[in-house]
Amino acid sequence: MKIIVLVKQVPEADKVAVNPETGTLIREGVASILNPFCEYALDEAVRLKEEYPEKEIEVIAISMGPPQAKSALMRCLELGADRAYLLSDRKFAGSDVWATSNALSLGVKKLVPDFDLILTGKQAIDGDTAQVPPETAEHLGIPQITYGVNTKIEDKKIVVKRETEEGYQIVSTRLPALVTMSKGSNIRRMPSMKQILEARKKTLEIVSAEDIGADDTKVGLNASPTQVAKVFAPPEKGGGEIIDGREEPKLAAKKIFDFLIANNFI
Amino acid sequence: MLIVDMEKCIGCGICEKVCPFGAIIVPTDTKKAKVLENCTLCGTCVNACPYGALTIERKTVSKEQLSQYTGVFIWGEWEKRENIPHIKNVVLELLGKGRELADRVNEELTVVLAGYNVEQLVSTLFHHGADKVILAEHELLEAYTTDGYATVISSIIAAKKPSIVLYGATPNGRDLAPRVAARLGLGLTADCTGLDIDKENQLVQTRPAFGGNIMASILSPYTRPQMSTVRPNVFKKPKEDKTKEGKTEIFEVKLKRSSIRTKILEEIHVLDEVVNIEEADKLVSVGRGIESKENIKIAQELAEAMGATLSGSRALVDIGWLPHARQVGQSGKTVSPNLYLAFGISGAVQHLVGMKSSDVIVAVNNDPEAPIFKVANLSVIGDILKIIPELTKLVREYNTKKESEEI
Repeated sequence: MKIIVLVKQVPEADKVAVNPETGTLIREGVASILNPFCEYALDEAVRLKEEYPEKEIEVIAISMGPPQAKSALMRCLELGADRAYLLSDRKFAGSDVWATSNALSLGVKKLVPDFDLILTGKQAIDGDTAQVPPETAEHLGIPQITYGVNTKIEDKKIVVKRETEEGYQIVSTRLPALVTMSKGSNIRRMPSMKQILEARKKTLEIVSAEDIGADDTKVGLNASPTQVAKVFAPPEKGGGEIIDGREEPKLAAKKIFDFLIANNFI
Repeated sequence: MLIVDMEKCIGCGICEKVCPFGAIIVPTDTKKAKVLENCTLCGTCVNACPYGALTIERKTVSKEQLSQYTGVFIWGEWEKRENIPHIKNVVLELLGKGRELADRVNEELTVVLAGYNVEQLVSTLFHHGADKVILAEHELLEAYTTDGYATVISSIIAAKKPSIVLYGATPNGRDLAPRVAARLGLGLTADCTGLDIDKENQLVQTRPAFGGNIMASILSPYTRPQMSTVRPNVFKKPKEDKTKEGKTEIFEVKLKRSSIRTKILEEIHVLDEVVNIEEADKLVSVGRGIESKENIKIAQELAEAMGATLSGSRALVDIGWLPHARQVGQSGKTVSPNLYLAFGISGAVQHLVGMKSSDVIVAVNNDPEAPIFKVANLSVIGDILKIIPELTKLVREYNTKKESEEI
């Protein structure tokens, strides 16, 4: 059985710059990490692998990004992925959701055509759109289950506990399918020295647009239906009154009380 | 258009079986799939074909062709409460903004209401500004499923050619909208905080990026409809006008059980977590400064005295002191109450994006440099563990006094 985990490298720092010509983000020079939700997905894949040894599960991590995104894939290998591919090509630059998901689906079809399950994070902490996984599922023509917190494999089916606004749903679907994970352990795993050394021996390949048969009209900025027209700093609010209540908490409470009364909140 | 790869097609007939419109057939003489004129490009057959013989090729539209697309559509998401369907608040909020956009371009505002036994929701939609409701009912739409809803919504969009489609960024909205966007080859902008029309009648979609450090304005210049999702509580709900009426159009849904590939086995409602901080008008919110789980009680007491709801920052949810349903911020809920009282919350950007549209913000923190003070109307530097009980005392005294006056 083959489980693909689609992952994204995201900037750790809050500060990002913008390319004034294209309006796209410059990510060079900012510390990067594996998106935490993607790490939940990878953990889930490794957990399934350990839980169902008879299925001989192979975990394959795939990402799209600049060459330095290799480090996010290296972390996947250290945490238990068996092999990894990075779709990296100047031609992918400026991809929006549609173009990204299209490239990922082409990569999946080319690299692991016989996959059984795709696991992803529910969203990336930089863009927060949560749109790439469902669009990838649609390009691949497979069903999706979003906001998963736990998965079980039953025969040729996957059963997922899914977060809803009211609580949870138990949803099942036939494989192959795509499941996005919204929960996992908040404690980042530290790979052992043995795992780090073993990861160095695993396959980590860089794949170009040509390798996956993506022509220029299907990837990158030109294939993106959305375009960033303008990027600007958010307007700042505030500038309200400041009270130092460190010496006299009673007086501070009274001031808040008066403010609330004056504004009809009590 | 839908293209059949004659080499890959083996004439198995699966496409004919799954097509909700009877728009693809496999004639016995040729044994190859044939697309008929009533194909709506819903994509069901493309997903079902095991041989990858079907593809949908979409041309991007030229600027002249863009004008063929008119009208603002809103996905009318509803939920069942005590077994009765209710329209989601975010839909009403979108009706306010949608009305504004439709008036700017002088076009109709339509709600696409898909479901089963939901006809009674139509009048509410008119009362909040809709000109038209497209009612698409089918028993397979009784519960939300990705496949069922994506097929119906895609078909309606393909048939009606709206210029704009808006979805609430709820869990199901975020599940549905990207599926439709990929199927129809459209742009989709997530979690917009601003929507506007530019000089060329294009939809300008503004959204925060990178935890709110940057705002981006996004256009879809070559494709229609332009689609966006909007989080609840970003736009104001319009005033209800019960005299308003509109047109109802019935859309005939043809859906087959076999084209819905997921199956809901069980619904688990977590009752003790039914707390809706998104709809509260006053929030007492606590952060790391509360120091211990026991101290949350003092904030809860203040909230009760004020008739407010308790919420909190991610830090407290992560360590299990508060349930996720009470979390404000990027990975929790976006709130915009009339009053947001922040106690011991420093104000990381991820928190600020979730609450900064609150009408009035009061923040108390012992760190004079806390970023929360930048967005607060009243900032108090001090010890929350001393200030909260004092404030609760004042509020209780006031309440008692008011009660005795009323008697």
